[in-house]
This record gives sequence, structure tokens and C-alpha cells, in this order.
Amino acid sequence: MPSESKRIPASLTVMIRSSGQEILQEWLSEQLSADTLRLDLIDEKTLEVESQEFLAVLSSALGSEELVDFERPAWQPVLSFLDELSRARDHAGFGPIETASFVLSLKQPLFARSLENPEKQSSKEEIWCVNQVLDHLALYTTDLFRERREATILRQQEEMEELSTPVVKVWDGILALPLVGTLDTRRSQMVTESLLEAIAATGSEIAILDMTGVPAIDTRMAQHLMRTVAATRLMGADCILSGIRPQIAQTIVHLKIQLGDIKTESTLAAALKSAFRQSGLKVQAEG
Amino acid sequence: MDRIPIAKIGSCLFATIQVDMHDRLALALREDLGSELLRTQAKGVLLDITSLDTLDTFIARLLAGIGAMAQLLGARTVLVGMRPAVAMTLVELGLTLEGVQTALNVERGMALLEATR
Repeated sequence: MPSESKRIPASLTVMIRSSGQEILQEWLSEQLSADTLRLDLIDEKTLEVESQEFLAVLSSALGSEELVDFERPAWQPVLSFLDELSRARDHAGFGPIETASFVLSLKQPLFARSLENPEKQSSKEEIWCVNQVLDHLALYTTDLFRERREATILRQQEEMEELSTPVVKVWDGILALPLVGTLDTRRSQMVTESLLEAIAATGSEIAILDMTGVPAIDTRMAQHLMRTVAATRLMGADCILSGIRPQIAQTIVHLKIQLGDIKTESTLAAALKSAFRQSGLKVQAEG
Repeated sequence: MDRIPIAKIGSCLFATIQVDMHDRLALALREDLGSELLRTQAKGVLLDITSLDTLDTFIARLLAGIGAMAQLLGARTVLVGMRPAVAMTLVELGLTLEGVQTALNVERGMALLEATR
């Protein structure tokens, strides 16, 4: 049995139906005088249309449903309207507070009407119901905002990861992997994987790991690098480390990181030269 | 199949592993390689693991063992054709097969053995 407090009082539905126009007018003037009004982002006409639509879907949901339970199908139009609205407002540049205020500002005209109800008990029920509904819907818009932001962050993260592990074929049999940023466990795994796949696909014998874009190094990252190099060696290819900045070199010495017998060169150009030499190639000026 | 065939090409022994290595098979391979090295006086061992998509620690250590054994018998071992996934797994397990040389494929492995003979 659903709790009594979730029931929508019939008098509320009647009240919204009978005086919808006045409520809309009061709500509009309320919105137009509020601090959160952004006439630079939205014009009065659109605001009026949106308010009218919201009031319409809300009143039809309240009329066809007995309970404040947003899982029920009758509430679906309200939620999808807010979905649309919050997306459009987000796009226009509204903040989450401003969008939520749009919903919450409907409280005042509805409360004012409910207080006019001579029956104390039903007046209280109406206010409680309006409060529940509007609070939930306002939070819903905020939640939508958060969801969209999170989706954006996730997408950007994926893009960043994809962008940051390009394996470049610089010559027949020579691959270069420009490392940018710090290597954590996840990224180093991706770097190693794409490097090994590229080695297998191109049959390259030399891989240059270029660290020019690496701002700092710690023992963990060094460990990851060593692993990448070891895996490359197991495949039958050689690794050259290049572009280690002086500060990083100092850190490596300071942390007593043993890079073993990994070949290192100061710049990518020097590494390429060394790779040429190793594969018996020679660069010569014409004429 | 209870034994991996070993072929002699020039002065090298060549074994290609095409079935899932189980422990007994791997031990048999080590034994056979040892006796073949003695018999043929080969100077190199080429192990092709192109078709292996899994390698456990036992087999990995055994491969390293084969390398060490061959060295004692005067031959060098080159492991060829390791797949990326296998390489990553071995590194995760901390097995980097230090004593064994590696090459991308059989051709390069042969060239490596020829070059340093």
C-alpha cells in the first residue's frame, strides 16, 4: 500500500485545471522579476511558451495519476519535457541553478492558490504534494545536467586516450611512439598494446619511444616504461628511448631507477640516426 | 602428438610449436633439443612460437632453460614470432626471458643466427 503522503489530492488537480490561466500569468510575472532571469539567453515569448507547455504536461500528469511516483507512465511526458528543456537551456548557456529555478518558481503561484483553500487539511495536502513534485522535478533537471557533463568528460577522456597513443611509422622497419603526458597503468597498457600490434603488423624491428612530451617521471612510470621495452624485446624488436629532458634524467638518477641496458638518445633525431645505423641505412645529401 | 619435430637447417636446429604446449610436451622438447644439439653439433636453435596464443609460466621458464642449456652446448637460441598478447602477459608475470634472443619472424631469426655465427 503506497503511503498516504504520496497521494495527489483531487482538489489540487481541480484547482490547476480551473485557474490554469491565472496561475500561468502569476508564474510568468514571478519568473520575469526573479534574479535568475536571463533575458540575454531567452526571450519572453519562448519563456511563455515553455511555461505554458510545462504547466500543461504537469496538470495532465497530476490529473491522470493518483500518486507522486515518477516511475509511473503518466509522469513520462513531464520528464521528457524537462529532458528537452534542460538540454535546450544547457545549450543556450543556462546554469543548473537557473534551470532548476524555472521549475521551483512555480511553487509560489501554486502555494498562493492552495492557501486560499478554506479547508485547512486539503490546503496542507496540496502544498505538500506541490512541494514534493516540484522539488523532485527540479532535482531531476540538475541530475540531467550532471549526466550530460559526465558524458562529456567520459567522451573527452576516451578521445584523449586515443589521441595520446599514436604509433607512427617513420621509416620502413622503424616505428616511433611519441609519449605525451604521464603514463598510468591503464594508459601504459594501451601504449604497449598499440605498439606491439603495430610491430606485429608492420614487421618493424626498431621502436623509438619519444619522451619529449613527458613532463615528469616517477618510479611507477619508469616501471611501466621498462615493461613496454621488455615486451617489445620479447616480440623481437629493439627499443630506443629518446627525448628525456634534463630534469627527468636528474629524477631518474635521483630515484636510482635502473633503466638496465635500454638504449637512450637525447633527441628523436638522434634516435632516428641510431636506428638508421642499426638497420644499415645511410642518409646522404644529393649532389 | 607426443613430440615436437626438430629439423636441421644448415648448422641450425629448427622447431616450430604448433600445438598447445603442455608440460610433458615441453619437457620432451627440451630433452630432444639437447640430444640433437649433441648429435648434430648445431650452432643455433630457432624456436618458432607464432601459433601459440597462450604461454604459462612453466613453459616460459622452460624456454629460458632451453636457452641456457643450448648455450652450455655451444649454441645460441632465438625465439621468434611471439604474439603481442603473449609478450604482454609474460611481462606482467615478470618473465622477460633475459638469456634468450628474439626476432620478429623465422626469416629474421635465421638472419640473426647467420650473422652472429
